[in-house]
Amino acid sequence: MRLLEYESKEILSAKGIPVPKGLVISSLDGASFPLPAFIKAQIPIGGRQKAGGVVMARDKKEAEAKVTHMLFSTVQGYYVNKVLIEERLDVAQEFYVGITYDTVAKQPIAIFSAEGGVDIEALAQESPEKVQKRHFSVRTGLPEYKAREMISFSGIGGKTLTGLSNIFSRLATIFLENDAFIAEINPLALTKEGKRVALDCHLEIDDDALYRNLAIAEKGREPGRIQGGRSSSDFEKRAAEIDNLDQKGVAGRLIEFDGNLGLIIGGGGASLTAFDAVQRHGGRPANYCEIGGNPSVLKTKELTKHILSKPGVEKIAVIMNVVSNTRVDLISRGVIKGILESGKDPSETIAVFRVPGAWEAEGFKILSKYGVECCERTTSIDEAARLGVEKLKWGEKRG
Amino acid sequence: MAILADQDTRIIVQGITGREAVSFTKDMITYGSKVVAGVTPGKGGQSVHGVPVYDTVYQAVKDHGAEASVISVPPAMIKGAALEALSHGIRLLVLVAERVPRKDTVDVLEVARAQGAVVIGPNTLGMISPHNVKIGMAGGPVENVRRAYMPGPVAVASRSGGMTTEIANLLTSHGIGQSTCISVGGDPIVGSNFLDLVPLFEKDPDTKAIVLFCEPGGVIEERLSEMVLSDGIRTPIVAFVAGRFVDRMPGVRFGHAATIVEGKKGTTAGKIEHFRRAGIHVAEGLDDIVSIVKGLL
Repeated sequence: MRLLEYESKEILSAKGIPVPKGLVISSLDGASFPLPAFIKAQIPIGGRQKAGGVVMARDKKEAEAKVTHMLFSTVQGYYVNKVLIEERLDVAQEFYVGITYDTVAKQPIAIFSAEGGVDIEALAQESPEKVQKRHFSVRTGLPEYKAREMISFSGIGGKTLTGLSNIFSRLATIFLENDAFIAEINPLALTKEGKRVALDCHLEIDDDALYRNLAIAEKGREPGRIQGGRSSSDFEKRAAEIDNLDQKGVAGRLIEFDGNLGLIIGGGGASLTAFDAVQRHGGRPANYCEIGGNPSVLKTKELTKHILSKPGVEKIAVIMNVVSNTRVDLISRGVIKGILESGKDPSETIAVFRVPGAWEAEGFKILSKYGVECCERTTSIDEAARLGVEKLKWGEKRG
Repeated sequence: MAILADQDTRIIVQGITGREAVSFTKDMITYGSKVVAGVTPGKGGQSVHGVPVYDTVYQAVKDHGAEASVISVPPAMIKGAALEALSHGIRLLVLVAERVPRKDTVDVLEVARAQGAVVIGPNTLGMISPHNVKIGMAGGPVENVRRAYMPGPVAVASRSGGMTTEIANLLTSHGIGQSTCISVGGDPIVGSNFLDLVPLFEKDPDTKAIVLFCEPGGVIEERLSEMVLSDGIRTPIVAFVAGRFVDRMPGVRFGHAATIVEGKKGTTAGKIEHFRRAGIHVAEGLDDIVSIVKGLL
């Protein structure tokens, strides 16, 4: 879960990291402005400045006009329902401090650069000498001496060195205490008055740890909250509802595409494989989805009906890896029921059925009763995709 | 032969009295794995399929000399259970749970590294050395495992649990056996990724080729390519990279937590390019694994 800038800054502030004076508003009523001010759209994405999501205002009139313009508009595809208004500081220098996980070293990594306000990954590529990186232990956090070493290597001394390293170490504590997987202050400014202030902050919290970060989880549940990532289509939302019908297995995680071959595919890795294979053999998928973990007949049935309800989808391909936990007979029953309830003929509608594994004899029996040919485990996922695409094309020619 | 474990490895199951664990414990025993004890705090004295249940790992190690543990407890309890196992010298841990907080995984791995213990997972189905040992849920019921897996010279490591069995099945149906097959787990950080396993396969005299199932996301495949070039890995590697369509959908997470393209990082195109540069064979279709492997053996 990506926190909005003002939410991240609340967390920084509570840990004693200075942030600019400011206020968050959803309307102009009674708002007073520190002037001159920055007006910043609160949306869960980087690169706001270039997209017009961060603007400056010199006086009250200009500020009001710019807030009015930004509030309830769309920036980078996100609807803006909150703006942060902040004092403008006189900045002498900008730094970058960040913490994330290094998935290769399997440890947190602290990153520092004396060139702030930049894309740190691009800078690390072009001028690696300008970026300091150190691993540290989740058990001890980032000791201040380690932070000092990194900053001192960048040629910074005096009060700036001690002040920055203190903030850096605190940021690591915030990272660990809140189960973040990204904690970034970029830029961290040194003002002309010699103060260190976090001008922008990016925190992303591990969704799998929200159960123990209740205050943050609560924010995520606020109605109207803007979620990060891609927004779902209505077709995808309905599939998610189907997946929530009961707790048995997964039959959903659907992503809509504009093709004509419905896909009932799973589990995770096999879905990726089957989708690629369908495209490689010239097919046009109507959707991606994932089934697995032995979903109920109900969910498989409803998902089948849902996919078949999509305009232009006459045929479905049912493809899974050799299953061990999921039962072939239950998948077969769900798919057949879904087709029948859609008023269609299973033998015409199923372009290919390739789900070998646990309870396959029982499953194949159900399918053959409806005249559906099924593939044995010797027919690979690749071959099954080819057969499905061929059958669809043959049907189109004939039709 | 196998890496990491064999039929003599003394295995315990932590959380053995859970529904899923009861079921896979039976499959493990039937396959011939040596399950010596189970641990569920508060249920000491019971037994599961004839396996004695203890309250603590301490007792299971003391009475049975346990060496490996399959940990089948809810995600929030993984860290505690794994640290308990590590504190009693367990040298191989298989962490089954999905959705383990990343910080907990990293914490467990830090301790494991200090002790030289190997961790598989989290979010893994476990591992199988055909006709030798099965640790965890991989392959499911024994009759399924026997049909899909057979012993032989090809190692399999997969970011997808289901595809571990699928690839074994593909090889088996073409008469090619496997040495050790490992579901590495679908999380961004796992105890044993390709970088950890390939050197072990390289040292295994019975592994003549390695098949990898890769997905979009992360940088492990890219780093593996660098490792193959710099460390001179001689065992030939065949890689299949699934999810090519995901390259055009950055920011969308597919299935596994790790399967996400971030900006330009973690694309399948990038992984394939790195593989080719390092001389790693890339299978265009899943089936192509067979002909490539045949040419290498």
